[in-house]
Amino acid sequence: MPQKTYRDAIREALREEMIRDERVLIMGEEVGVWGGTYAVTRGFYGEFGDKRILDTPIAEEAIVGTAIGAAMGGLRPVAELMTINFSLVAMDQIVNNAAKIHAMFGSQARVPLVIRTPAGWGQLAATHSQSFEAWFAHLPGLIVVMPGTPYDAKGLLKAAIRSDNPVMFIEHARLYGVKGEVPDEEYTLPIGVSDMKRHGRDVTIVSYSRMLHVAMGAASDLAKAGIECEVIDLRTLRPLDMAPVYESVEKTHRALIVEEDWTTCGMGAEIAARISHDRFDLLDVPVERMGQVEVPMPYAKNLEELMFPDEKSVAQKVREMVA
Amino acid sequence: MASPSPSRVSAEDAAGIDVGAEEALDWFRKMSLIRRFEERSEEAYGQGKIGGFLHLYIGEEAIAVGAMAALRPEDDVITHYRDHGYVLARGIDPKRVMAELYGKATGLSKGKGGSMHMADVRRHLWGGYAIVGGHIPLATGLALANQYRKLPQVVACFFGEGATNTGSFYSGLNLAAVWKLPLIAIVENNRYGMGTAFERVSAIGDVYRKASAFDIPGVRIDGNDVLAVRDAVRRMADRSRTGGGPQLIEAMTYRFRGHSMGDPQRYRTKEEVEEAKSRDPIIRWKRTVLENDLAMEDELRKIGDEVDAEVEEAVRFAENSPVPDPNELYNDVLVPE
Repeated sequence: MPQKTYRDAIREALREEMIRDERVLIMGEEVGVWGGTYAVTRGFYGEFGDKRILDTPIAEEAIVGTAIGAAMGGLRPVAELMTINFSLVAMDQIVNNAAKIHAMFGSQARVPLVIRTPAGWGQLAATHSQSFEAWFAHLPGLIVVMPGTPYDAKGLLKAAIRSDNPVMFIEHARLYGVKGEVPDEEYTLPIGVSDMKRHGRDVTIVSYSRMLHVAMGAASDLAKAGIECEVIDLRTLRPLDMAPVYESVEKTHRALIVEEDWTTCGMGAEIAARISHDRFDLLDVPVERMGQVEVPMPYAKNLEELMFPDEKSVAQKVREMVA
Repeated sequence: MASPSPSRVSAEDAAGIDVGAEEALDWFRKMSLIRRFEERSEEAYGQGKIGGFLHLYIGEEAIAVGAMAALRPEDDVITHYRDHGYVLARGIDPKRVMAELYGKATGLSKGKGGSMHMADVRRHLWGGYAIVGGHIPLATGLALANQYRKLPQVVACFFGEGATNTGSFYSGLNLAAVWKLPLIAIVENNRYGMGTAFERVSAIGDVYRKASAFDIPGVRIDGNDVLAVRDAVRRMADRSRTGGGPQLIEAMTYRFRGHSMGDPQRYRTKEEVEEAKSRDPIIRWKRTVLENDLAMEDELRKIGDEVDAEVEEAVRFAENSPVPDPNELYNDVLVPE
């Protein structure tokens, strides 16, 4: 199977859906002439023209609000927010309009909208390095997808564009260059289905997005020492598919969640609560969570490097759990 | 400019106004219906039959009725939360509007929206929105969809003067102007954002002048004159429909009642309210109709009686309708896929 980057997988998904469905259009800051801040839409402006690739002003509430209105009016917009940090400026539109319009008017209107936005960091300091996926996963009426691999990113983005519901599609800036197998043939993946990425019998690691790669790396290292981790990739954060997590915990009796957001009220808190409640009798040790240090992100590189769990710290935590 | 249909008797020659008798009476009926509907809602609210907030449109009826008279049925309408008047002006059954206020299954949004979120999407009424200014970018998006799909309809977006100090007003209209979208912003200037006088909190007190921020036409009209509203909206809609981009209308009006129920109204005097009532849009239109021999006094009285009966029927319908089934709680969150 061909190897493609996460960026190219997303590009392919967008391009294929643009060609397949004339109602699909892309709007956002620098998506056109510039070619996308992370080069995801490079070349699209020339290929599809300025009616379908819409450069917008730096006004996120207008980008998202306009995309919602266009979706209500029969289009299938893909709105790009340059980074997830800027989604805060569009929060009223996402929370009060995108996630509410279908319910509030008793199913009269639909919002078939995708908001693409990358999480990530890299010496960008406090306001440009955040992970807000749990904020969005909190909202009934919204679908939240956060893929970790090129294959999942492509299949899920195509499904998101075809969905009649608003989808928050959260990418990761540090994954754009990561390669993985992506077939040339057309495919979509179902939204709301978690995926087992590695078999194991000793500890279940639940993760998603970039932290999936950290978990996989730790699992490889641990395998050399005879500790077999099973790694579950959530892929979709709302609706949550807990079935593969539960099946795994029934085998391992131990669960560790590795996330990039702050653990207080983060995604892991929800996963831990569900495992603890639904599989309480099966647990040999308490459910563990690892996430970002609970401080605003500092600029200094050495401090930034201390912010997240890495393969070493995850492996160490697993060792403690099986000891 | 659209001409009156041949079946209508035009009074233009006789009286110098461009309205047929049939249409003149229709406007009178709709304004009276809104007035009576609102009075009856207030009563039901007092009896505890309507919950939440209830923002009455009394005093502002000419704007909704005049605008709907100018718009085509397929033109899109999106509004703020003081929204009962628009749905009634568009000719939507008052029974279903009242049922929505009562939180009944037969309401426009199955009892899930309430007073502030009235919608009838099949009739291009995209709903009332209750975050001030938040629906303005949605109007931009609806207009974008119309332009993209090469549809001939314009979007009429209604909001109060208070919304013109929000970021959504600037970012939404800016984008609409950049893309020359078919959008008319109709600002109902009733002079107070809740209890705060507009000039106390707005650097520019004349809303129509804010149109210059987007380099689009902006006009101020008498919002209590239904004919002036009809004419302005028709002119602006024609211009916007044919590629003229967004337009802004500031319709001067006054809210006779409080902001919502239980407003102590410390921010204005009784004298000011009484003075405003001398410009009551319904009384004014009634006078115009009579002066131009478009109807006789007893015809108007008969319409008043019919409206009373229609509103009573709406109340009965709402009272007798079932509440939503408890299982409905879980529906409508996402489109089933």
